[in-house]
Amino acid sequence: MEWETVIGLEIHAQLATQSKIFSGASTAYGAEPNTQACAIDLGLPGVLPVLNREAARMAVMFGLAIGADVAHRSVFARKNYFYPDLPKGYQISQYELPVVQKGQLTIDLEDGTSKVIGITRAHLEEDAGKSLHEDFHGLSGIDLNRAGTPLLEIVSEPDLRSAKEAVAYMKKLHQMVVYLGICDGNMQEGSFRCDANISVRRKGDPKFGTRAEIKNLNSFRFVERAIEFEIERQIDLIESGGKVVQETRLYDPDQGETRSMRGKEEANDYRYFPDPDLLPLVLDDEFIAAARASLPELPDGKKQRFVEQYGLSSYDAGVLTASRELGDYYEATVAALGSEPKLCANWVMGDLAAFLNKDNRDIGQSPVSAVQLAGLLRRIQDQTISGKIAKEVFEALWAGEGDADAIIEKRGLKQITDTSAIEKVIDDVIAANPEQLAQYRAGKDKLFGFFVGQVMKLSKGKANPQQVNELLAEKLKG
Amino acid sequence: MSLGPAEVAKIAHLARLAIREKDAPAYARNLSAILDLVAQMNAVDTTGVAPMAHPLDMAQRLRADEVAEPNQRKHFQAIAPRVEAGLYLVPKVIE
Repeated sequence: MEWETVIGLEIHAQLATQSKIFSGASTAYGAEPNTQACAIDLGLPGVLPVLNREAARMAVMFGLAIGADVAHRSVFARKNYFYPDLPKGYQISQYELPVVQKGQLTIDLEDGTSKVIGITRAHLEEDAGKSLHEDFHGLSGIDLNRAGTPLLEIVSEPDLRSAKEAVAYMKKLHQMVVYLGICDGNMQEGSFRCDANISVRRKGDPKFGTRAEIKNLNSFRFVERAIEFEIERQIDLIESGGKVVQETRLYDPDQGETRSMRGKEEANDYRYFPDPDLLPLVLDDEFIAAARASLPELPDGKKQRFVEQYGLSSYDAGVLTASRELGDYYEATVAALGSEPKLCANWVMGDLAAFLNKDNRDIGQSPVSAVQLAGLLRRIQDQTISGKIAKEVFEALWAGEGDADAIIEKRGLKQITDTSAIEKVIDDVIAANPEQLAQYRAGKDKLFGFFVGQVMKLSKGKANPQQVNELLAEKLKG
Repeated sequence: MSLGPAEVAKIAHLARLAIREKDAPAYARNLSAILDLVAQMNAVDTTGVAPMAHPLDMAQRLRADEVAEPNQRKHFQAIAPRVEAGLYLVPKVIE
């Protein structure tokens, strides 16, 4: 039996505002519990929410970036349910008229093809607080600092057909909100989290199967594993004569499985209605035009430009535009060097990326600036040093030993390009290895590499490799 | 439309309201009357009338994104039934 998986994702992105969506309390992460929860966030009687302009602007930016319809008029609604981390007894959200409607995102798949994923809607809402279930004498502890943090809930169409597609979509969306500067994308701190709706159906069946929703997936890896587990669970269940029930499940990363959320057995009955505390959000053309004017170059456009402007492969351009900062760093390197964009790409994606990775740093924390890197590449370009020596210089740059020129000077790494000096080294090597010389001349060609190695070793890697090759070939002929 | 005692009990539970059983028929009657009024309004032809989200014909005012609320935890927690380590303590909720 061939099965088809149908997945839709709901992604919650915390918007990177200074203050909350309906109050002037700070949204900074990591504060002492409840020190950033004001009367409005606590839902005390008599308070009124007032919408944060910046949250609205960020939602509009997102809508424009995904080619969606930005609603000139949208409405806030109350989603009613009781839970201690939601002190009002309802969450302010948007229901019938969300601010962003009908957009799309193109994802790149591993086989090199791409696929357009529909985005049904994105709406503004407030985040809830946090419940801590450690033992407080049999009670739960509630921290409401997060309550009222602005969220953009982004709902996809059920267009995703595998765990890999779901992850590709989630990564693309993550890249987008971080590029736009509307979300810090920090998944560990919960700034970007995902609920996945998953169902399976027999291939060719026009009807969707019954779906299960997996809540609160906060890493790309968990999303992939949870979906894969869930697909298999549903198929096994149906093939053994059972039925999938519509329910909410939680992913347990330790066991690698999803489990039914028992205890929440009541069907949700949210009784949405327009929030009488809030007037409709009306956005005029001027507001939307200003948001459009503030859009940065978007990932796909930047990638395409890198291919055209710098002659990079699509793969390289994709890596270098993974984040805005990396793209900026690359372009600053090319600008400082003034040529050889491919050489710059190789170094940014190669040695620099490896060192960043090793020290677990972002490009913004690189101890080697783009100008410094360009300074090093210039010395490869003008043959002052070889590519191999450049690696040593880069290490010294990373360690903060000054600019490339100073390091080359101080360590005496300047490449030897003087023919007579190289010849002298070659003569010494040949004289020291009569046996190998005889073998080489008897036809053992692969000993050429041995001689090159010896010359490079004796010159401490400083002899110009191209000259060594030429001169050595000449000398070995005898 | 007429609500029965089971529906009244469900609505009360969703709203976390405790009602006395002897009051249930009165609630059922009153709530049904409200629904009847809604049904009456539903019968009106509203073709061409934009749905209203708020009785005031005004737009939401927007606030500048500035932190304006100082920490008043001590103040707020003075009226909380139980607090510990800065947290509000509530009856255990199981996820």
